[in-house]
Parts: sequence; structure tokens; C-alpha cells
Amino acid sequence: MKKETKIKNILIQNNTYLIFLGLVIVCALLSNTFLTTMNIRNIALQQSGPICVVLGMLFVILTGGIDLSVGSVMALGAAAAAYMIVNWNMHFILAMLITVLIGLVAGAFTGILVAFAKFQGFVASLAMMTMARGLALMITRGAPIRMEKDTLGTLVNKEYAYPMLFLVLIAILIFVFIQKYTAFGRIVIAIGSNIKSVELAGIHVRRYLVAVYAISGFMSALAGIFIAARSSTGSATIGNAQELDAIAACVIGGASLAGGKGNVTKAVVGALVLALISNIMNLCAVPAYPQDVIKGIIIILAVLLQLMTDKSDTTV
Amino acid sequence: MEQSQYRLEMKHISKRFGGVQALNDVSLQIEPGEIHALIGENGAGKSTLMKILSGAYKRDSGTIHIDGREVTINNPKDAKDLGAAIIYQEFMLAPDLTVAENIYIDQLSSGKTLINWKELNTKTKEQLTKLGFDDISPMAKVGSLSVAYQQVVEICKNLTRNAKILVLDEPTAVLTFAEIQKLFGILRKLRDAGVSIIYISHRLEEIFELSDHITVLKDGTFVDRVETSSINKEKLVTMMVGREMSQMFPPRNAKIGEEVLRVEHLNAGKMVQDISFHVRSGEILGFSGLVGAGRTETMKAIFGAAKKESGEIYYFGEKTDFKDASDSIKKGFGMLPENRKEEGLVLTQSIRSNSTFTILNNKIAPKQVINHKKEKEYVRNLLASMSTKYKDTEDNANSLSGGNQQKVALAKWLAAECKCLVFDEPTRGVDVGAKTEIYKIMNDLAEKGVAIIMISSEMTEIIGMCDRAIVMRQGRISGEFSRAELAEDNLIKSAMGV
Repeated sequence: MKKETKIKNILIQNNTYLIFLGLVIVCALLSNTFLTTMNIRNIALQQSGPICVVLGMLFVILTGGIDLSVGSVMALGAAAAAYMIVNWNMHFILAMLITVLIGLVAGAFTGILVAFAKFQGFVASLAMMTMARGLALMITRGAPIRMEKDTLGTLVNKEYAYPMLFLVLIAILIFVFIQKYTAFGRIVIAIGSNIKSVELAGIHVRRYLVAVYAISGFMSALAGIFIAARSSTGSATIGNAQELDAIAACVIGGASLAGGKGNVTKAVVGALVLALISNIMNLCAVPAYPQDVIKGIIIILAVLLQLMTDKSDTTV
Repeated sequence: MEQSQYRLEMKHISKRFGGVQALNDVSLQIEPGEIHALIGENGAGKSTLMKILSGAYKRDSGTIHIDGREVTINNPKDAKDLGAAIIYQEFMLAPDLTVAENIYIDQLSSGKTLINWKELNTKTKEQLTKLGFDDISPMAKVGSLSVAYQQVVEICKNLTRNAKILVLDEPTAVLTFAEIQKLFGILRKLRDAGVSIIYISHRLEEIFELSDHITVLKDGTFVDRVETSSINKEKLVTMMVGREMSQMFPPRNAKIGEEVLRVEHLNAGKMVQDISFHVRSGEILGFSGLVGAGRTETMKAIFGAAKKESGEIYYFGEKTDFKDASDSIKKGFGMLPENRKEEGLVLTQSIRSNSTFTILNNKIAPKQVINHKKEKEYVRNLLASMSTKYKDTEDNANSLSGGNQQKVALAKWLAAECKCLVFDEPTRGVDVGAKTEIYKIMNDLAEKGVAIIMISSEMTEIIGMCDRAIVMRQGRISGEFSRAELAEDNLIKSAMGV
């Protein structure tokens, strides 16, 4: 291969990172508050929840499925955790554990519909989307549940060096490891590429389908806890349209909704790209409605770039 | 202008797919108002020739003449404009639209905003009556019609577009006897009205009943064009077969040992009826027959990839039920699927991961974690043992040629160390050199004591490789031949029910 094309390929293959880098530079030039510790910490705390959702969503997308219920399961998670802590006086760590289990069960339910009842992921998760939101509203009875600061708030306590950020970092590392070094990671992406072939090679495809939706539910509930932690409030209305941001992040990170293509670190960076766009527009005082338009345009540009990557892939 | 006696002439057509010469200097001449049968074994080139006529494939060389005039057919629209229509086994009909809508679908989108339904339905009724099918309602949904009537609609649709050359590819495969007779009636009527019909079928009786001329193809070459009345079945079969055996098949010294697999009275749907057979260690058992005879369905039912209805399977003398693919592999029974692009490989994943799917959860990553270095080395050795040519184990499987792709698809079954292995059309779309290499791999396995079942539509392959062969026809076993009895005319007669 010629040196030029080699360099070109490297650039194209890392385009998610390049978009991110370019965006950081632009942001730094546009606003001098952007590169302050406070702003960066704010972004990190804000994005902890969404990144967890993206991690779970990516695995579902890799199998060729989609999980629309993530936002509602977030709300369910936030509501359930707050309810247990306030009404049952439960220790917040125990409440967290039970909450992520609830997310796991909700996700597994979606997964069973997909794997065994042959629902399309879109439809199964659509049903879970309304059910989880309804459950969350039932738990909170429509009003946010306020918690004491020393419960879930501990996760964002400055004195403990923001434990939540460590949890997110560990989650990212675990997902990177799963994708790169485990049989599970390989089978998940292979299912999205050609489910029939994988099944005929003796792999229990259905178990993996249930697992990815269960993981997505788990991560969504965790995200709900993180959101609740920041405001010390369990609200049933959080996570609205979160599924769309999560899908956009995966796609900006090079994932294909047809399955079989996608990368954990790139998807996380995709989430950060979206976060930076919102952040810089807030810093520059762009009003909320134009923000959405600009965000949409940037998603389109990012995906166009990804399609270029696809073309370079086929000329192996 | 030169006046021709032929409606359609295809002269010296050649077509290559990669390393495979699908058509080599083939000619076809069709008169106006005749029914012309096109016959040959699977892979003889009939479909390829017709796809060139319809514009689905581009020819490498040769010319096509219609009514004496040379024409260019570069895409399906050219063919349609010239009046050549192909009716495939799967119809190009929209099941939820009505008969009239389907027949005039091209005019529905011709720019007029409003559709005169009354006129459309009357026109449709006229056309159907002309064919003798005034019992089909123009307002009926196509999906609610029987397959035979759908076929009539498809034919009618093409006739309204002034088709003067009509190609029917195995039209009777899904029809009942009465329906076949009705179809023949239409075809004769059309012939008398001057339409030229090319009729592709494996059913010799039909060809003798219906056709005026026969063109025989074999291995992508033209054999002969004869008048139907001048020939009999025996002679026709001889024309279709009887090629010399090449040096393709490497010698084998496997010892045939104990029985490994025995299947008794297996039933699984229409394509698998009362199948019984057995295969021994070191033996290569062939499954011959036409495409769609139920061979793949039989093996998939045994392998656990499709549902069984009844029947017993004995594996090493013990009654066994292979629950699913995973269970089969655990017990040492493997199956290399027929279509490597759809079932055999995960094309967009690496050669390495493709080679180890069957052993990923035990040998490669027993505790889930993959040791990349070890796995790469394992795969390199595995592929080297099959003399596979590739650049890097990390390249995607679709970067390989057909033969090497097939070896990678096979790698995971060698890795699984099967004691009984089904090869479903192992050399389809593979060039000659790689074919011999795949045969050698099969021989090596047999010598190691593996029991092998090979499904193949190529009779030379069955004869060259197998110790014994079973022929299937329409979901049933129609013959079994020992090595001494293996000959093309035996196999073809059994496959066609002559």
C-alpha cells in the first residue's frame, strides 16, 4: 500500500477522534471559560449518565438491534433508588444494587421478547419504554422525591473526589475489555454481521441477545442513579429522548444501525462530541431552539464522514 | 436488412465469474412460435444464459439477435423493451395488490394522477379471458390466488407488455398435475399465437410432451440442438452426461470402519420424507440429486438447525437427538453450510474470528478471555494445514477469493474436530485448483476416520469422491448406488425419476 493512502486510511479510521479534537480546539478558541477545570468537571459530571447509556446501547446496536427504553429505564432507576432510600431508609449502596438489578430485569424482559418471541428490537423496547416510564411515575406519584445530600449525593461529593467519575471510568474500561478481549464481545459483533452463520457454528445466539438488552437495562438504571445523585432528587421525568442521544453517539462513533460495526471508545467519544456541542453553545449563549438545529446538522455531518469510512473499508 | 428465420439468436456467448467459466461459446436459436426446451445439469449454464438474455448479467463476448437484428441488452429494461420476459420461480408480483393492479403496474405509475379503475379492470378481464382464465377476478388480491393462478397473472402481465419471447424457469416445480395441464394449455395457445417460449425444466416427460426443439448445455458449453421428435429419453440423458473424468480427484486410502451415524425414517416437512441411511467412519457418502430435492433440509434437520417431525438418529450406535447446532458440535457432528456468504462465513469479520467460532467458548476462551497471540498462532497453523492463501489473519473474510473463503469456512469445522462432517456443496463457486485442494482435505479427514457426507449437485464430484451415494428426488430417497454402480446416467435417471 502506498504511504499516502496509508496515512489517509489512518485519518479516516480515526475520524471520530479527529472530529472530537477539532471540536475541542474550536471550543477553546470560541470561549475562554471552556478549558477551565470547572467547565470540564461539569461536562464530566453531566455526561456520566449518558455515557453509561451509550455503553449499553452500543452492544445492542452491535447485534443489529435497538433499545428505545433506555431513557425510561433511567427514570425508573432514579425513581426506584430515591423511593427506597427515602421511604425505606435503605443504605444508598444497597439501593443502588437493587436498582441496577431492576434495570437488568427490565432489559432482560425486552431481550426475551426479541430473542424468543422474535419481536423486533424497536417494538419490544418501545413497549418497555412506556412501561418503565409508567412504573417510574407510579413510584414517584408524579412528584420528584427529594433525598438527603449524604445519600446518593455522596457519589458527587467533592470531598470523596467525585466517586461517580471513577465508576464511569471503570465502566468504560470494562466495556473496552469486553469488546476487545472476550468471547462475548466477539460474538456480539458477529451476531450483528451474520446471525445465521454464528448460529450454525453452534453459538446460542438467543442467550447473547437477551444479555445485551439486559446489560443495556443495567447501564440505563445506573445512569438514572447518576442523574438522581447530581440533584439528590428522584424524578420520573428524566431521560426524555435520551435514546436518541445515545443512538446518535454510537453512530457518530462509527456504529452501523444494521449491526456488526461499532467501537466502545469511539461511541464514548461520540457522546462527548454531542456534549461539547451543547456545552459550547451554552457558553456562547446560543438560545435553546437553534441549539437543537445545529446539533442535528452536526450529527448529519458526522454520519456523512462515517459513510466515507465505509467506502474505504470495502476496498481492502 | 437480412431476414432471419429465428426470433432469437444468441451467438457464441461466453461468460466468466472469477475463475469459473460459466459459459463458453454457447449458441441458442429460437424460432417464432415454438416451445424450445433448454436442458442440462445443475451448473450447465442455463440460468446464466437466461440472465444474460434478461440483462441481469453482462456477457463477456458473443452477440444477441432478435428477428435478425443485432441488439444490445445491458440491463433488464433493454430486455423488456425488446420483448424478452423471464418468469422466475419466485414471481415478481406484489401479493397485496389486486390482479389488475399487478398486471398494469407499470401504467399505474405512468404520470396520470387519477386511475380509471373500471377501465383497468375491464382491460384485465379481457386479457385473462384471452388466456382462457375468465374465472380469475381482476379485483382479487394476488396473494389470495393459488400458485398456479399467480403464474397465470405473471404471464399475463408480461404479455400485456408485448413480450414475444417468454422464458419459463422450472415453472411446474410448485404445481399440481391439473395445474400443469392448464399451464401447458396456455403455453400451446401462446405458441400458436406466435410467441416464442424458452422452457427450462428438469422433468424430461414435460419436455417431450411440450417442446418442439431442445438445446442441451453441459458444463457451460453447447452440446446440441435437436428436434424433439427425433430423439428419445435415453439419448437425451446421454447427451447431458458422458463427459470424461478429469484428474481432479486425488487418490484416497481411507479404511472404512464402524458405523458412525444411522438415520431411520426421518421426516421434517415436505422436503424430508422417510429418509433412512447410514455412514461409516472413513467413508464418504454422497447425496446427489437436483437443487431443491431436500438434501440440505435433511441434513439441517439431523444437525438440529431445523425441526424434525419424526424418525430416529443413532450416533455411534446410541440413540441420539441433536437438539441444536451447539449440541451437535459438542457431540462431534458438524455441517459446513451450502451458502458460504449467507451461512458459512461472517464476511465482515476477520479471518481469525471466522476460523474459531465453533471452539471460541471452550478451547479459545474457556474463561471468556481471549489470548490474541495464541489464537492467531492457532489460526495460522490451522489455515496452513489447508494451504489457505491470505494476507493477514486480521483481514476480513470477504477480502479472500471464493476458494480461500471456503477454506476459512471449513477451518472452524476442522478446529471442532468433528467425527462426522457434512459438506454441503463444498466446491460451489470455487475454481478448479481450489476444488482439488478441498477434495484433498476431505480425503485427509476420511483417512483420519471421520465419516463424511457430501451433498453435491455435480455428478462428477459424487462419482469421483464418494464410496457410496444416495440420490434424493422431491424430498425422498430415489436411489442408492455403491461405488461400482456410480455412473452419471444412473444418478441422473434417479434424480429425474426416469
